[in-house]
Amino acid sequence: MKIGMVLRDLHHDEVELARALLRLADKHRADHEFFHLGHDLAAWSRRHVRDLAAIAARFDEQLDPEPADSVPVVDSARRWLSERSGRSAEVELVMVRDLREVYLRASSVLTDWEMIGQAAQAIVDEELLELAEKCQPETKRQATWANSKIKESSTQALVV
Amino acid sequence: MPTENRITDIWGDRSPYPRGGSWPVRVDQHLASGVSEHDVDRWVQTASTLHSNGDAYDLAVRDGRIVGVRGRSDRVNRGRLGPKDLFGWQAIQSPDRLTQPLIRRDGRLVEASWDEAMGLVVRRTRELLDEQGPSAVGFYTTGQLSLEEYYTLGLVAHGGIRTNHVDGNTRLCTATAAEALKESFGCDGQPGSYADVDHADVIALFGHNVAETQTVLWMRMLDRLAGDDPPAVLCVDPRPTPVARAATIHLAPRPGTNVALMNALLHEVIASGNVDEEWVQAHTVGYEDLEKLVARYSPEFVSPICDVPAIDIRAAAALVGEAEALLSTVLQGFYQSHQATAAAVQVNNLHLLRGMIGRPGCGILQMNGQPTAQNTRECGADGDMAGFRNWNNPSHVAELARHWNVEPKQIPHATPPTHAMQIMRYVEDGSIRLLWVSATNPAVSMPELARMRSILSQERLFLVVQDIFPTETTELADVVLPAATWGEKTGTFTNADRTVHLSEKAVEPPGEARSDLDIFVDFARRMGLQDKDGQPLVPWSTPEEAFDAWRECSRGRLCDYSGLSYEKLRGGGGIQWPCTDESPDGTERLYADGIFRASPDDCESYGRDLETGAPLEEQEYRALNPEGRAVIKAADYRPAHELPDVDHPLQLITGRTVYHFHTRTRTARAPELQAAAPEVWVEVSAYDAATYGLDEGDLAEVRTPRGEVQARVRVSGIRPGVVFLPFHYGYWDTPDGRQPGDHGRAANELTLTDWDPASKQPIFKTAACAVRKVAAAEGIPSPAPTTTASAPVSDNASATTRGGVR
Repeated sequence: MKIGMVLRDLHHDEVELARALLRLADKHRADHEFFHLGHDLAAWSRRHVRDLAAIAARFDEQLDPEPADSVPVVDSARRWLSERSGRSAEVELVMVRDLREVYLRASSVLTDWEMIGQAAQAIVDEELLELAEKCQPETKRQATWANSKIKESSTQALVV
Repeated sequence: MPTENRITDIWGDRSPYPRGGSWPVRVDQHLASGVSEHDVDRWVQTASTLHSNGDAYDLAVRDGRIVGVRGRSDRVNRGRLGPKDLFGWQAIQSPDRLTQPLIRRDGRLVEASWDEAMGLVVRRTRELLDEQGPSAVGFYTTGQLSLEEYYTLGLVAHGGIRTNHVDGNTRLCTATAAEALKESFGCDGQPGSYADVDHADVIALFGHNVAETQTVLWMRMLDRLAGDDPPAVLCVDPRPTPVARAATIHLAPRPGTNVALMNALLHEVIASGNVDEEWVQAHTVGYEDLEKLVARYSPEFVSPICDVPAIDIRAAAALVGEAEALLSTVLQGFYQSHQATAAAVQVNNLHLLRGMIGRPGCGILQMNGQPTAQNTRECGADGDMAGFRNWNNPSHVAELARHWNVEPKQIPHATPPTHAMQIMRYVEDGSIRLLWVSATNPAVSMPELARMRSILSQERLFLVVQDIFPTETTELADVVLPAATWGEKTGTFTNADRTVHLSEKAVEPPGEARSDLDIFVDFARRMGLQDKDGQPLVPWSTPEEAFDAWRECSRGRLCDYSGLSYEKLRGGGGIQWPCTDESPDGTERLYADGIFRASPDDCESYGRDLETGAPLEEQEYRALNPEGRAVIKAADYRPAHELPDVDHPLQLITGRTVYHFHTRTRTARAPELQAAAPEVWVEVSAYDAATYGLDEGDLAEVRTPRGEVQARVRVSGIRPGVVFLPFHYGYWDTPDGRQPGDHGRAANELTLTDWDPASKQPIFKTAACAVRKVAAAEGIPSPAPTTTASAPVSDNASATTRGGVR
């Protein structure tokens, strides 16, 4: 059975999605909606990571329930930079690129969850199916959010 | 009735009436001292512009000056007036009005002609359109102009300049009301009517201190309470407001936890079998999701989140769950708090579960803060499209383009219109380079003022400010345009229960001041804005012509004005839209038959994700709600973004007092109002006062990570852990004139930049703060009013609020 392997990939992708969201938040602190929602939505992925770690043992995978978000030193440096670069329209373009990364990562997580959901149905694993059905819509909302922000920001960032 | 003491006797004498009865008339009148009715040359009809209730009254005019006011026997107020309307009119005759355009020359604002000032504005606009395009230009307007002015501004900005950056300060006061209505009913538009007060057996007020924000609506409730068969009242508010004191049940939740509380109420309504299941099945979608979600929000689960006893939550749920006719009202305690839209939507859900909508007494009033906020929303001057049209529906955009005789592609609609906080962000990052502010004062009313001042004072920004007085914001402007105000121009206003009033010109504006309509029309002409046939884009020049154009634009939409005219509004009482040939007397309640304007082809919005704010796409909405029913949207509680910690152990909320409006530019110039609340104060509970060594009248410092404010202490009955600052006090009447001297005075020095993802309304009610004593009172009284929510807990050492000039 390959479910364990897919869970491992999914765990990795959720961790990276959370990191991308936190990077976005900290890099664009002057854009308050990104700052607050970046943190809010990263928390969703962190919850998914915990749930994945809890269920993975049944599939012979040891997954870390609380991996570190990122390196603190880099973090504070990024924060310092972010607050100072908020006065340039260039930062909008960087933001659209960062949003694109979040969108792509969320999209691949979404596909992972779809695969898990399908597999869970095939082996009639209700616990796993329930987890997939709970997490997948949240991942979709993360992707939709990033996509909607890309649409909004592009009308300004790309034309100035 | 006599009005001399109406500063202390805020709501006047009672005229009790029973449930289902007719609210008696009581005509309030106030004339300047020494003036009697015989001296009045003429009475000119108008309506309130210092709050959103829409009270109808006449201005008394003598020798070309306003000398007083008298209530009209209208459906809204039956002759009554509150303190701000009785006394506030004096301000517009204040000698320090702006009377001539000003332009910045060598760093200083100097007087100029209209030609010079408008020439500068037009030149800069053209340069920016050539260099960058419409994305360089933003408009930030208000909730205080007339319908005609908003409609014209919307046309000029969206259809002429073709910028998407148009919003009002209504973003700060009423955006959540609009969004909550769109989420639940597919379209903005107040379902209820003030007349529901006459019929309700339970009135629930959610974060709505109606006694101070809409005094006349509270008079109506007080008169029911004084009559036979009085309604039970539920009050949700962390302050001991007059509403809380009159309430059957008062819940004072911890700031930022409204969604948890609402979910518990809904949980109990469902658990007690108080859902009108047949109605829900026939008229709504989404019930199953709500049922599933609120299942875990038992009163016991929610009690520690909100810090409200479970038994009180249960009692409140029984009150609203067993009501025969429930009227609910909602205001800033929900709109300006964390999870604003999600919380306001749960109030709509309460009514949908109970099938209580569209019948006498069964009303929802998602209230407004400002007098004409409703018009800003309808006319598309606030981040919406004119006539409640859906920016995401190409046929709506095409319809609007036909009205304006422009190509649909020339009306920006690739994304939702830019909201105010985002407009300021684009100004900050330098991508909006011309900002035109009309009739508002963002340098005091926006959150996080140090940031706001740094944004608005940038060299690279060309700031145009159109106002009636010098303000903190005009101080930062490159061009200041002197505007005429209410009483000096004609136009229509629509209040929070859809009542349209005509306000006629009574006196001439001072100096060279011009109406906002004239200014916008003049700008369009000077810019040479044209429709697709090369004709002037704005073909009108008078308010009545603008109104008639709007009647056509609104025809067939929910906010249908097609059956209204100046002639019809002149002399009589206000009329509620929709008003059409079929309903010539207007419409008291929306959705009377459980039919909504929510079908995918008709709705104003496909809705948003309440937690992320992402707009739903058409296909999603079509799948969710193909028949256009009311939408029941559930939301999980999430903790606020800024929670108290060791350094900032308390929670700051800001708000208003009954005596002032906005940033006091008009109310501080009315001596009675100014004397009643002359200076900023800070409210703390007796518990926190003891903890932090504070006494009544002490000078205290309130601090958040954004800044500090000094104010004298009022020890009040506010919820422990919560600190209240009124937001009215800025700097225009301080020596500096535009920013703090040694210490902050404006509450918004302290607030954080954060907004509800769905409505984009800034959050003013969950900042973590610290309080410390700076100096003892030494006999100096706290300037806080003693007549309102800010009443002291003890009678000691307080100077009582008095009427008249001290």
